[in-house]
Amino acid sequence: MAQPETVLELKGITKRFGEVVANEDISFALKKGEIHALLGENGAGKSTLMNIVFGLYQPTEGSIWVNGQEVLMDTPNRAIDLGIGMVHQHFKLVQPFTVTENIILGMEPKSGLRTDLKSASSKIRQLSEQYGLNVDPSAKIENISVGMQQRVEILKTLYRGADIVILDEPTAVLTPQEITELLAIMKRLASEGKSIIIITHKLKEIMEVADTCTIIRRGRVIDSVVVKDSSPRELAEKMVGREVRFKTDKSAADPKQPILSVKDLKVRGDNGQMAVDGLSFQVRAGEIVGVAGVDGNGQAELIEALTGMRRVEEGEIDLDGVNVVNKTPRVVGQSGMSHIPQDRHKHGLVLDFTVPENAILQTYYKPELTKGGLMDHNAAVSLAEKYVKSFDIRIPGLDVPVRAMSGGNQQKLIIAREIDRRPKVLIAAQPTRGLDVGAIEFVHKELIAERNNGKGVLLVSFELEEIMNVADRIIVLFNGQIVGETYPDQTNDQELGLMMAGRRQGGDSN
Amino acid sequence: MNNLKRLLRQESVWIPIISIVIGIVIGAIVMLIGGYDPLLAYSSLVQKIFGSVYDVGETLRQIVPLILAGLAVAIAFRGGMFNIGVEGQIVMGSLGALMVGNMIDLPPIIHGIVAIIVGALFGGIWGALVAIFKVKRGLNEVISCIMLNWIALYISHITIKAFMAEAGTSRSQMIHDSASIQIQWLSDLFNGARIHWGFFIVIFILIGYYYYMNRTKWGYELRAVGYNKHAAEYAGMNVSSIAIRTFFISGAIGGLIGTFEVLGVFKYMAIAANTSGTGFDGIAVALLGMNSALGVFLSSTLFGALYYGAQGMSFGADVPPEVIKMVISIIIFFAAAPGAIRMFIKMFKRKSKREEG
Amino acid sequence: MDILANLLNGTFVFATALIFASLGGVIVERTGVINLGLEGFMVSGAFSAAITTHYAESAGLGGASPWLGLLGAMIFTLIFSGIHALASIKFKANQVISGIVVNLLAASSTFFMVKLLFEGAAETPIIDHVFHKWSIPFLSDIPFLGNAFFTAYPTTFIAYIFVFVVWFVMYKTPLGLRMRAVGEHPGAADTAGVKVNRLRTLSILVGGSVAALGGATVALTANSSFAQNTISGQGFIALAAVIFGKWNPVGAFGAAIFFGFAQALKDQVVIYDWASNIPTEVFYMLPYLLTLLVLLFAVGRSSGPSALGEPYDPGKR
Repeated sequence: MAQPETVLELKGITKRFGEVVANEDISFALKKGEIHALLGENGAGKSTLMNIVFGLYQPTEGSIWVNGQEVLMDTPNRAIDLGIGMVHQHFKLVQPFTVTENIILGMEPKSGLRTDLKSASSKIRQLSEQYGLNVDPSAKIENISVGMQQRVEILKTLYRGADIVILDEPTAVLTPQEITELLAIMKRLASEGKSIIIITHKLKEIMEVADTCTIIRRGRVIDSVVVKDSSPRELAEKMVGREVRFKTDKSAADPKQPILSVKDLKVRGDNGQMAVDGLSFQVRAGEIVGVAGVDGNGQAELIEALTGMRRVEEGEIDLDGVNVVNKTPRVVGQSGMSHIPQDRHKHGLVLDFTVPENAILQTYYKPELTKGGLMDHNAAVSLAEKYVKSFDIRIPGLDVPVRAMSGGNQQKLIIAREIDRRPKVLIAAQPTRGLDVGAIEFVHKELIAERNNGKGVLLVSFELEEIMNVADRIIVLFNGQIVGETYPDQTNDQELGLMMAGRRQGGDSN
Repeated sequence: MNNLKRLLRQESVWIPIISIVIGIVIGAIVMLIGGYDPLLAYSSLVQKIFGSVYDVGETLRQIVPLILAGLAVAIAFRGGMFNIGVEGQIVMGSLGALMVGNMIDLPPIIHGIVAIIVGALFGGIWGALVAIFKVKRGLNEVISCIMLNWIALYISHITIKAFMAEAGTSRSQMIHDSASIQIQWLSDLFNGARIHWGFFIVIFILIGYYYYMNRTKWGYELRAVGYNKHAAEYAGMNVSSIAIRTFFISGAIGGLIGTFEVLGVFKYMAIAANTSGTGFDGIAVALLGMNSALGVFLSSTLFGALYYGAQGMSFGADVPPEVIKMVISIIIFFAAAPGAIRMFIKMFKRKSKREEG
Repeated sequence: MDILANLLNGTFVFATALIFASLGGVIVERTGVINLGLEGFMVSGAFSAAITTHYAESAGLGGASPWLGLLGAMIFTLIFSGIHALASIKFKANQVISGIVVNLLAASSTFFMVKLLFEGAAETPIIDHVFHKWSIPFLSDIPFLGNAFFTAYPTTFIAYIFVFVVWFVMYKTPLGLRMRAVGEHPGAADTAGVKVNRLRTLSILVGGSVAALGGATVALTANSSFAQNTISGQGFIALAAVIFGKWNPVGAFGAAIFFGFAQALKDQVVIYDWASNIPTEVFYMLPYLLTLLVLLFAVGRSSGPSALGEPYDPGKR
């Protein structure tokens, strides 16, 4: 049998941003009809590499070869011309436009002066059928599901004649069902002769769909393996560079009285629909309740409602005997709620403030920090010093804006501040997003320590692994409702995955 | 010396300086093209500023409203908002001070103080309206400011014509002497330059602005909202009331501009077809001064001197004073687009390198 | 009926300048660039139209002069739209401040040039060959409608054509699709191969020239000259019309008509006895007050293109 031809080859790619080396001497080959996984942790340099392939960045050193010819990949247009398409992690879709308008953008067919939408949508419909994508060309993006939007992105690359499709973290925002469908679509594309690169850090998907896997760590290629000859453990070890523990050490929980009780909670999302639709649950002192679910099923609205940042339409929130429904964030905080927000740059920190200024963000108005409207700078500094010392926060100096700190150290500062408020309930939303392995372990340990101190902890995460490792009890959110409640030792990924897709516990679907 | 070097290396220091130099140079080029003598023009400008004690006093008088306008814009800027409505707040401040000064009888000193307070209050309320429209109805502050500027102007015309018209002129009646805040002996010392208590109040406001921003709880909240509104909300700050408070203070400072002009300089209010433009100058002052107290002080000194000196320029070198307005707009352009300066410097460096090698 | 017809006729006279300016605003803002410099573009347009027409008629070009004036306005204003493009696209300056610079610079430099060209005069010489109202044959003879709609300055009819053209381009052509995409999600447009900053620059230049026609209209119909007060605030009213019209050319057209109506009302009402007790300033204030009230209570929250005011930096995709 003839060896399938190599359609894309990278030779010795190095990319530096100033002092920072994002990619170092990376070589990589993609064959026709192959699904090639690019595995690595957050910040390992996968996305940078693919942005180079797609012409968004220029490599500092090295060369790119397409179909055996060296090419200068200077713009996305060049990449498109060479038959390379990219589906970005954050979709590049114009919300108020239709599917057709999004797909043809940049290479619109014309009839006379007008955009020829008719012929465009029939071509799109035909492509959609050929690859089993089931996309409605006349639907508006803002009205279709995330999974459908992703298929629009794939269709966009196919419409442009892509033979090589790069998918950047394609499953991060999908339900397990949608993931299954996506993997099937990928196989179908490969069988039709398309070559696919999938960037991911999820081993399960690689095992299921990829032919080859190249592992990148700290900007370097560690190894390239044939997937069917490998194992998840081998891949994981190569990814993080040491033996991984799949379990976090923790003692059994000893839950006491309920400390946070939510009853029939209803909250509207930004679009006016009920994003949280009749939720009831309890968190007891001394336990970690994990909220599992795919992003966009009401988690953000639930947290905002609990912390006073979003209006509650109906229902009760009882925080250790105090009703905190529609109270301001400050009153909720004073009643004993701390909150590690999902987006630390948007909510958790003022990036242009210094470490002391951020350390007092929640408590600046208290008498120990402000007297008669005047702030006590020294008190803020000593508080910051305390956090820096006890949480081992690495900073260039107290007086620099926290913008200059790494993500892990920023998160440590937030956790120090929120724990120091001595809450009764700690809400942690995606507390390890974008952190490296060391920082993740640190965060998990702190959450468990808080639980051991008799606090109630509500952990919202889109990572099943995190929920399974850290939570004592799990509730599953789908479409703003709880579809199941279980314990980590009584369930598995498959069962949780089904619930996250809307299958109610105990059988009947939806 | 080393400290000075370090200071000069900071962008926030050299960008304004280079902007000023570029502005002045382009002004000179424009004058050359127009057939004027730029050296004569600039030297008569400087002569006008320092020509006599009177001129120095009047230059200072010109600087006072610019400092206030700069601070009014700067405080809103720091809160992430844009006060383009200082114009209207000045008008309302003038009107408030005029009404108290003209329509009410009070003993001296007290009369002035009451008039100042009312003027500031009028401006403050007019400013707060902008923030209220923004937080309650989502109305963009730029649009509401512009509308409120014109509405304020016509309200002042209507009020003056109805209650304080001076027959046969296009201005109001004078304020009572008891409400004047001019400092007679100092004015005499400066050969009649119109020096008033506002000079000293402005210094207090400058220092107060620094303390408010950097040392008070309200200043901390203001900066937090300006840098990151979402984080401020998360931290339990009431973003809406901070916006209203900030626009009230901003408007009150704007109101003081009009108040001082009426009580200390003109003693009446003119019925003019347009607002003064001082509020727009405030944007330039705040921008060049990077919204800091010291920066605002320095940049308003520069602009005030340029404006006053421009009269000398048209007198001494026959150059239209619009040239100075062009110079000032060019300075703002470069201060707002530091990228342009960096490009200039890069080109310059490359050139000098080539010449060396 | 005559009164109403006159009122409507007056409405279109005032509205024409606003239609051009607000279309200029729509073109620029739809691609995600704030256009606070409309006032400056109008000042520049009024100035250059007056100057061009003046020199054209001095050169004996007669009736063609005002048409050359329109052309001159569009070309000359490229200087100021170019400055706005340079600052907000190339140097990524704050777009609001860039607009203010345009306004300040346009005002000061045009007055400077008037003084320079006409020996210190505060206004340009009066132009003889200004536009005169056209009566569309037959249609203008229709009672009421004829006076209201079919007797107008040629610029008014041009403005109608522009509304259609801008609408057509914006919603029916590939160029419009790209412009709207760039204003909503520049990153999406970029990865689809659209040159974001080039398109924005082009829009600023075109929008500036269209807005300049608004200023030219004032100088060549109502004023017959250019002076310091020829343009006083219309650019900002046009900006309000852009917002009121929800960034849609047809919407902006409607808003411009509304503001034109408020202006015309002022002129019509003062003729009457009952109005003599009301200070004239109340009527001057009316357009601004109505604008504010409409924006506060009738329009509701409208946010415009998603990427409005954000410079596009390809490095941060």
